[in-house]
Amino acid sequence: MSTSTLVTLPDQSTAKIPKVNFLNQENGLLSWILTLDHKRIAILYLITTVFFFMIGGAAAAVIRLELLTPAGDLVAADTYNKLFSIHGIIMVFFFLVPIAPAVLGNFLIPLMIGARDVALPRVNLLSWYLFVIGGCFELYMIIFGGVDTGWTFTTPLSTHYVNTHVVGAAMGIFIAGFSSILTGINFIVTIHKMRAPGMTWFRLPLFIWSFYATSIIFVLATPVIAIAMVLIVLERVVGIGVFDPARGGDPILFQHLFWFYSHPAVYVMILPGMGVISEVVSTFSRKRVFGYTAVAFSSVAIAVFSFFVWAHHMFIMGISNYSALVFSLMTMLVAVPSAIKVFNWSATMYKGSIHFDTPMIYTLGFLGLFTIGGLTGVFLATLGMDIHLTETYFIVAHFHYVMVGGMVSALMAGIHFWWPKITGRMYPESLGRLAAIILFIGFNLTFFPQFILGYLGMPRRYWSYPPEFQVLNVFSSAGATILAIGYLLPFLYLPWSITYGEIAGSNPWKATGLEWQTQSPPLMENFPEIPIMDHEAYDYDWLERHQQEVASV
Amino acid sequence: MSETASTTHGVLAGAQHEHPPYQRHHFSSVAQQFDASNFAMWLFLLTEIMFFGGLFTSYLIMRNWYYPAFVAGSHQLSIFLGTTMTAVLIISSFTMAMAVWCAETGRKRDLILSLSLTLLLGVVFLCLKGFEWHGEWVEYHVPGLRFSVENFVNPASDPQVFKEYHDKPLATDMAENVGQYFFLYFVMTGMHALHMIIGVSVLTFMILRARAGDYTSGHVTFVENFGLYWHFVDIVWIFLFPLLYLISRHS
Amino acid sequence: MELQSPRSDETHGEHIHVVSPKVYLAILVILLIFTATTVAVSYVDLGVFNAVVALAIACIKMMLVVLFFMHIKYSTKLTKLTVVSGVFIFFTLISLTLADYISRAWGRW
Ligand SMILES: [Cu+2]
Repeated sequence: MSTSTLVTLPDQSTAKIPKVNFLNQENGLLSWILTLDHKRIAILYLITTVFFFMIGGAAAAVIRLELLTPAGDLVAADTYNKLFSIHGIIMVFFFLVPIAPAVLGNFLIPLMIGARDVALPRVNLLSWYLFVIGGCFELYMIIFGGVDTGWTFTTPLSTHYVNTHVVGAAMGIFIAGFSSILTGINFIVTIHKMRAPGMTWFRLPLFIWSFYATSIIFVLATPVIAIAMVLIVLERVVGIGVFDPARGGDPILFQHLFWFYSHPAVYVMILPGMGVISEVVSTFSRKRVFGYTAVAFSSVAIAVFSFFVWAHHMFIMGISNYSALVFSLMTMLVAVPSAIKVFNWSATMYKGSIHFDTPMIYTLGFLGLFTIGGLTGVFLATLGMDIHLTETYFIVAHFHYVMVGGMVSALMAGIHFWWPKITGRMYPESLGRLAAIILFIGFNLTFFPQFILGYLGMPRRYWSYPPEFQVLNVFSSAGATILAIGYLLPFLYLPWSITYGEIAGSNPWKATGLEWQTQSPPLMENFPEIPIMDHEAYDYDWLERHQQEVASV
Repeated sequence: MSETASTTHGVLAGAQHEHPPYQRHHFSSVAQQFDASNFAMWLFLLTEIMFFGGLFTSYLIMRNWYYPAFVAGSHQLSIFLGTTMTAVLIISSFTMAMAVWCAETGRKRDLILSLSLTLLLGVVFLCLKGFEWHGEWVEYHVPGLRFSVENFVNPASDPQVFKEYHDKPLATDMAENVGQYFFLYFVMTGMHALHMIIGVSVLTFMILRARAGDYTSGHVTFVENFGLYWHFVDIVWIFLFPLLYLISRHS
Repeated sequence: MELQSPRSDETHGEHIHVVSPKVYLAILVILLIFTATTVAVSYVDLGVFNAVVALAIACIKMMLVVLFFMHIKYSTKLTKLTVVSGVFIFFTLISLTLADYISRAWGRW
């Protein structure tokens, strides 16, 4: 049956962090900010995205505090508008979209496919700089008065009726968009052209498949929001009127362009998480992922379908009935590949020898939360239901279940899972499990009441609400406090473990991926010699034979 | 980094430890490097297609709604200038293709010549475009900044165009919508011109490097990839030309 | 028309085809002829077909540039697939958006 922990560490009295690794191979600030090494760029991204997460999180904290009471008493109404706009813009464009691809993807893709680096290292560094420049625009926007359009920049509100820093915010998103595009191009080229000998497409870890799907979305969808942002800026600055109904323009056209990106972007926020879950579920169940091919193709299917469903965000905005019908049906189709994944992960665990280490606890949390988030998505895809539920807290709860419950759980699973690879040291296991459980409880307490609130009709984006909604809102705010503790714990113990954690050795989880067959932290050039892939992915028998061979030598 | 890497090119490259100076050491062969950057360039062009895709979508919707306004707006453009610019750009595409050929076959002098011709044609295109924009500014056809519906509610006020097309006067609200035509005209040609300006700058840089012999000693990837970009910009114009200049030209 | 020969230079592998300048010149002439044609046709009243013909000619010109100037005719399946997928998503954006605008006129069921 199951044992509680899987981890096997080398003898701590003799173990050492490898003398030469990517963290100490070059020194000084310049060696970091001018680095071409994908692992170092991943760490640069980690630091910047976590910084933006804190800004977005702080805004969320004030929002929940304001909603503790029915009256709008803590902040002014327009401050509240700015707070949720900043929360949305920062969390979507500067945390959720970049963090998984740019941090986990950058660090792991070359290691997993047996390459020395991504295909275009200089482009990789450029993409980080673009991200930072885009981020500076947002910081400027926040410091000099904020923006109050919501993260969706709805026209004509954003173009005519507000006098906040729409231009700065839109420019920031435009520039950061190019950072995503470059990352996407880089990953696709890397996965196509840089695989080690023997690493065929169907030997790739499923992590790679899902990041490949993510990159497709980056490349094809991001430019459309870029041009939409350009048109918004031009409308504000020089009076272009493509979205201005007063001059014959069409605000709904903006919605089409915006959601053509922003719906697929939702899958950018969840697909990488699915890749992480595939790795973790397999490793901690000691079984090959059930239905490898189905899981692999379902990632690509999600990416492809994502381009045909965008108008489900526009059912109440005056699109045609016929179009709405088609988009509603297409949206429901997305449930199929998502369900394939969930069923296959469950089947992987079935009769596996499951170990409840921290990454696995986060993963189990993910499965539950993502399933709830996904199924409520089907409610919202239904035309009649959507008209009742859209623009209420039901929507808010739905997408937080997918993006925060799903993606952030998966992200935490991934960060804990690969932490020993990144730093060479283990995080404290019991604290890790505690944080995972706190996050799950806090999350549900925060967002489950919002499903009920939304169903009862509480609209989103208001700073005050009728008194009968207070009980559920207090639950939600209390949950947010617990959730915050769940986030803060890793912020404390992970940095602590960089210095004081136990030495992990190259493969503490006995995982099969190529990244685990090299030292931790890896060398600058990843592998002393390019590996040859001679077995299928998730082949635990191979791993056992391989480890015996190594031991006997 | 370099020491460890160069001793371990291992499996793929086999015994080949010497590579040309332009091969970056995370690639195991020049062919892999070329393939990767060529493929990356195509992916970048994919994003460019979608970038202009948003504009083409807007154009088609507005043209569907306000067809008479688009006809009136289009008649204000000079078909002679438009055709000349198209020809200039197509010829520059040809000289660019020749530049790629020269680089591939190692003809340094011809490469510099082809690149310079491409640069020259690109600059000519931009000058013509600027000249045309200036004309629109003078005639109050820049909506948002300097716009008047006079020529559209009263076509006879523009005798030159009127003589040729005998446009019927538009109702005031439809005449306002000519603004939509010119909005899209300026954004689309402006975005295209921005790509041309970037192209021209890179061309200048390439000519300098070509003089130093950088591309004729075997490493042609950069020239090839830039060629793809330049042809793509040409293709965008191939579509902009009929869409903007050739709406209902028969009188 | 195609006079391509594999690269003589060893280091570049056989996958790069050098297209002969004669091909480029032929394509240039065809492109210029098509440009003249599209201008000439625009002066003939064909009703809605004016736009169709103009776009058809533009598409042919695009194909010529992509196939020959951009060497797609001689490139790998992967590159061809990349181009096709880009065009496909481009048409998805245009057609699904336009479908909404056009079907709005049909009113309610
Ligand atoms: Cu959506």
